[in-house]
Amino acid sequence: MPEPMDPIAAPATPEACFGKEAVALALAGHAAIAGLKDWIVDAKWDRGELTLTVAAATVVQAMQAAQAAGYNFFEDVTAVDWYPAEPRFQLSYSLLSHTLKQRIRIVARVAEGEAVPSITGVWPAANFYEREVFDLFGVPFTGHPRLTRIMMPDNWEGHPLRKDYPVEGYR
Amino acid sequence: MPPTEQLDQIDAVGSIDAINSEDLRIPGVEDIVRDVLEHRKPEGSDPVSDQTMVLNMGPQHPSTHGVLRLVIELDGETIVALAPDIGYLHTGIEKTCEAKFYQQVVPMTDRIDYLCPMTNNTAYALAVEKLLQLEIPERAQWLRVLFNELTRIQSHLVWLGTHAMDIGALTVFLYCFREREELLRIFEAVSGQRMMTSYVRVGGLSLEPPAELYAEIRRFLKDFPSKIDEYEGLLNGNPIWQGRLKGVGILSAEDAIALGVTGPPLRASGVDFDVRRDMPYSSYEKFQFNVPVSNGCDVWARYIVRMQEFRESVKICLQALDGLPEGRIAADAPKIVLPDREQMKTQMESLIHHFKIVTEGFAVPAGEATSSVEAPHGMMNYYVVSDGTAKPYRVHMRNPGFATLQALETMCKGRQIADVVAVIGSIDIVLGEIDR
Repeated sequence: MPEPMDPIAAPATPEACFGKEAVALALAGHAAIAGLKDWIVDAKWDRGELTLTVAAATVVQAMQAAQAAGYNFFEDVTAVDWYPAEPRFQLSYSLLSHTLKQRIRIVARVAEGEAVPSITGVWPAANFYEREVFDLFGVPFTGHPRLTRIMMPDNWEGHPLRKDYPVEGYR
Repeated sequence: MPPTEQLDQIDAVGSIDAINSEDLRIPGVEDIVRDVLEHRKPEGSDPVSDQTMVLNMGPQHPSTHGVLRLVIELDGETIVALAPDIGYLHTGIEKTCEAKFYQQVVPMTDRIDYLCPMTNNTAYALAVEKLLQLEIPERAQWLRVLFNELTRIQSHLVWLGTHAMDIGALTVFLYCFREREELLRIFEAVSGQRMMTSYVRVGGLSLEPPAELYAEIRRFLKDFPSKIDEYEGLLNGNPIWQGRLKGVGILSAEDAIALGVTGPPLRASGVDFDVRRDMPYSSYEKFQFNVPVSNGCDVWARYIVRMQEFRESVKICLQALDGLPEGRIAADAPKIVLPDREQMKTQMESLIHHFKIVTEGFAVPAGEATSSVEAPHGMMNYYVVSDGTAKPYRVHMRNPGFATLQALETMCKGRQIADVVAVIGSIDIVLGEIDR
């Protein structure tokens, strides 16, 4: 009897590919790659999910291009703190297309204190999500209508979801 | 003091100056209020008075279904501006997840949206299974569907009961909780817990349901459609119910998409999208069901859509019971799924695996994955990032209520204050999922 496949020994899907050219070749004709070709700096096709990296300064243009390519629904934006790596934060935008029935992830890396253009002009739905990222990670967004804390009290010090913030104990 | 001066003072309390005092201050709200005052007044507002009043609704208010604070600017009874203030239930679940093993995160997910624990469990399990590239046995997938749909019925029962109670129909609340009690007994029989089930685990399910439970679920599903008729008989023809719901809380399809609204409120605005049908997970593609859509865009349409979802959920549950495949309830992955209790006590290998999983967890290959499920309240996504260790590097939940709450102002602006209660009921808000 053959050994059952150990999912840890064989991790990613065989068709996974990394890098802008490799992904563009593997997913020729994909709406997002064609629509965002001017803004993509890196790409990843892993576990059936497409992740496109763009420069933080061009997030708004990339979102407009994605919207034009058919990704009409903004799902959320969140951050990942890769401390102590630099640039520290990874912003992950998740977009959905109601017609193509596809989801893409657009990521941008930002250093601590670096401001990111707000995409509330493209999708008003980003309002609360950007406030959440600002509150819990301390990533500022320029052009946001009301960038204030949303979860924590206004006089709170620090940003709880940063990796150098303790899980237990008070600061 | 001359009477005119007294009047001036009273007016001042209800004006923009009032919210500048420290105890009422919410950053940002002043800006909205000022903006509205300078630019426009809603149609139908009193042309004589130019003073508005700022009213705090909540945080402790029975119709806010939790701890939600709304700062409402009123012109008479008409809403000029509305700003939700959330965070009262923030417990840092996302931060806590980063300090737990993958399998220890499951009980945390129950507590996010406490009306649909099974849906939360499923969404989290799907994300981690995608990271692991783990195949789940068919039987486990079908049981997940069965219990997800029972959870939907349970969650919608709480919605209907509380929504009707807010409008003033207390009887419906008691009827709904009578049926909900039967469902909670089923959940208790299958998982040992009435509400915080933690039944769906990474790799499958925690326990095989007891054999006699299927007959009980069938009995519930057989009776339930007549109960739906009973609720509709109580509500549909009721002139108060119609008057409070019809034409209230209008949300156009464009606004719904722009504001990130999902689930029944989105479908009640005429957008035909359901994750179960359009991006199926956990074998939903093998089930036949309709997705109720309405073009009404108002609170009544959301009521109609959810009432039809009751019937569709019953259909899906019956299909799941009829076609339930034989097999295991968890993947054949001994390093990830806890062994059977009996095996653990008799077999050396199982004991070692059990010990390893409990003490060290299991490593998940590095990467990131998003799972998406159709929760009772809308689209629920789990975003899990792994750095290759046994603890998740980041877990983020995209919960439907957080986005739907942004649409509250659009739905309430220009309406009367009593409509806020109807609109909050219609978006089926759960503050636990919003604040996390």
